[in-house]
Amino acid sequence: MDTPRTLYRKLVDSHTVAVLDADNVLLFCDLHLMNEYTSPQAFAGLDERGLGVRVPGQNVSTVSHVIPTHPMPHRVIQDPASALQASRLKRNCGRHGIPLFDTNDALQGIEHVIAPEHGMVRPGMVILCGDSHTTTYGALGALGFGIGTSEVEHVLATQTLVYRLAGNMRIRVDGRLPAGTTAKDLVLMIIARIGAQGARGHVVEFCGAAIDALSVEARFTLCNMAVEAGARGALIAPDATAIAYVLARAPDIAGEWRDRALAHWAGLRSDDGAVFDIEHRFDAAEVAPHVTWGTSPDQAIPVSGTVPEPTGPQAGSLERALRYTGLAPGMALEGLPIQHVFIGSCTNARIEDLRAVAEVVRGRSVAPGVRAMVVPGSGAVKAQAEAEGLARILVDAGFEWRKPGCSMCLAMNDDVLEPGQRCASTTNRNFEGRQGRGAITHLMSPAMAAAAALAGHITDVRKLQEAHHG
Amino acid sequence: MADARIHPQDELGGIAATLALANLDTDQIMPKQFLHGVDKEGLAQGVLWDLRFDGEGRPRPGFVLNRPEQAGTRVLIAGPNFGCGSSREHAVWGLQQYGIRTVIASSFGEIFYSNAMNNRLLAAIVPEDEVLALMREADAHAGPLRIEVDLSTSTVQSPGHRCRFTISERHRGMFLDGLDMVGATVRRQAEIDAHAQRHWADQPWLRDVARRTWERLQAQPVEQAS
Repeated sequence: MDTPRTLYRKLVDSHTVAVLDADNVLLFCDLHLMNEYTSPQAFAGLDERGLGVRVPGQNVSTVSHVIPTHPMPHRVIQDPASALQASRLKRNCGRHGIPLFDTNDALQGIEHVIAPEHGMVRPGMVILCGDSHTTTYGALGALGFGIGTSEVEHVLATQTLVYRLAGNMRIRVDGRLPAGTTAKDLVLMIIARIGAQGARGHVVEFCGAAIDALSVEARFTLCNMAVEAGARGALIAPDATAIAYVLARAPDIAGEWRDRALAHWAGLRSDDGAVFDIEHRFDAAEVAPHVTWGTSPDQAIPVSGTVPEPTGPQAGSLERALRYTGLAPGMALEGLPIQHVFIGSCTNARIEDLRAVAEVVRGRSVAPGVRAMVVPGSGAVKAQAEAEGLARILVDAGFEWRKPGCSMCLAMNDDVLEPGQRCASTTNRNFEGRQGRGAITHLMSPAMAAAAALAGHITDVRKLQEAHHG
Repeated sequence: MADARIHPQDELGGIAATLALANLDTDQIMPKQFLHGVDKEGLAQGVLWDLRFDGEGRPRPGFVLNRPEQAGTRVLIAGPNFGCGSSREHAVWGLQQYGIRTVIASSFGEIFYSNAMNNRLLAAIVPEDEVLALMREADAHAGPLRIEVDLSTSTVQSPGHRCRFTISERHRGMFLDGLDMVGATVRRQAEIDAHAQRHWADQPWLRDVARRTWERLQAQPVEQAS
């Protein structure tokens, strides 16, 4: 009998072109995504070698990181260097026959939003991108992970990657998420408990009743942020929820292909008895709305909590984080004034996220002195939110309704915070200076960020929700 | 694939500086404002920008790399999970352009680690207690500490300590022989093509998935976003 294998191992095996040594394989890539800032040097490298793109039809690009999000009809990238990055991407994609969601394409958006929403992400794939949040695709049972630009060049030239094997980790989440909590709160809690390198060196398979109950979009949020625990990938075995999502977006998978695909996908799960190097178990009932207090995503606590004492071997780093965020041990996060709210990013800018925000802010107003922005993840998300009336609710409440892009998640465009500004943000990283030099980021769920916008300070969204329904 | 300016025979050791921060992410190592190039040039300036310079762009005199005696620093002794976060290879290019040849830490962000090795920036994995011992020695040392790096024996050596670092044989070979990974893989193209044909025969819905999706979207009337 065959040795029981993990889902991760099955995906590696089915994409292994050659075993290079005990730790490395040559891994075939089904889908390679590119953006304007991590790809130009890779294309230049191809040119220096006189090589072309080996399989253009398995590659796709989008202008996402430097693009402005001002609500102007025709977008123009004002910064000359950024404009050159976008035009270089267009030239490179044009020369090599690679599809491009360009600056003014109606479907342009963040790579990790557009690829799955149009059915390009399918269970069992290996998906690579010069962007660390490529772990997102584990939500559909695809092995995705971020690569560097040298590796982008390797993928373009060969459609493969020299891949160091990862360990197997399983995180089981039993129970169900309490009302008012989301996959964002769950993943912040998990990262806080296992640490910013708690999953380093491993691909994490999430399972359990709480995971089964998540929508595909919530699973994207969870797998997206697995990299903030250091994971080299995240996976959720594709179930009926995932398969329905894919089939609704991939009309080519029909007839005979559909039958064959369903049979293939049924095998995409860890075998009974498969061995994981590390296993964690959490109870979803313990999840509360989480907010970060520091400058690493593992520095998160329940919103009702107080900032911890800096202790242990990393006390120096924790003290530095406190100095940066202007907080002190024992301080409550609830009530902390914020000046900015950012709803966006590959973590939380999909339609369900915008619905959650609209649900909280409907009929209410953004607090005076707070600037609140919504940056949809893609043109399709934006159009849908407008069609559903969500955009109107948000604008009426005082939010800016902007065009799609990565925007203030990493502030590579002109959406940058000023020093000292404190931001309630639905993004994935609260690193020093991430949203602007000296700016302070508090990561939280879309509903929590919406509540902060209304209150003008960090607050527990469940109180607002009770007021709504009470 | 490797930066042609880094040669296999280059000395990997030299003057060392201590960065005792855990989870020093690549946003810190190379901030966003330095990511707007289409080449790899000019990145030395951006290395650890906010740590090296204040809000007005003046050097922070207290920061280790700004001390005159640290000129020519080639080795960083860093906290755990160095280079976590963003995949930006600019962090590695910048460190190399700044003169760094080796980073010693107990662990590295995974993408940073691959990027470093692919460019022959040595990411030397040393147990945390050894890292702390090196940091203490550097702090107590009169003048900058020198650390020698010997790739053939996987050791780092300071005046007071000698310890082994972890490196795979594959990565050691990349340093010593200057292996060109793209070139090596291109020579396996027949194997790759054979794998692709089997893969697509088995799962035809994966073939040209980006191009076919794109063509379908182009053929659909799309509601123009306002």
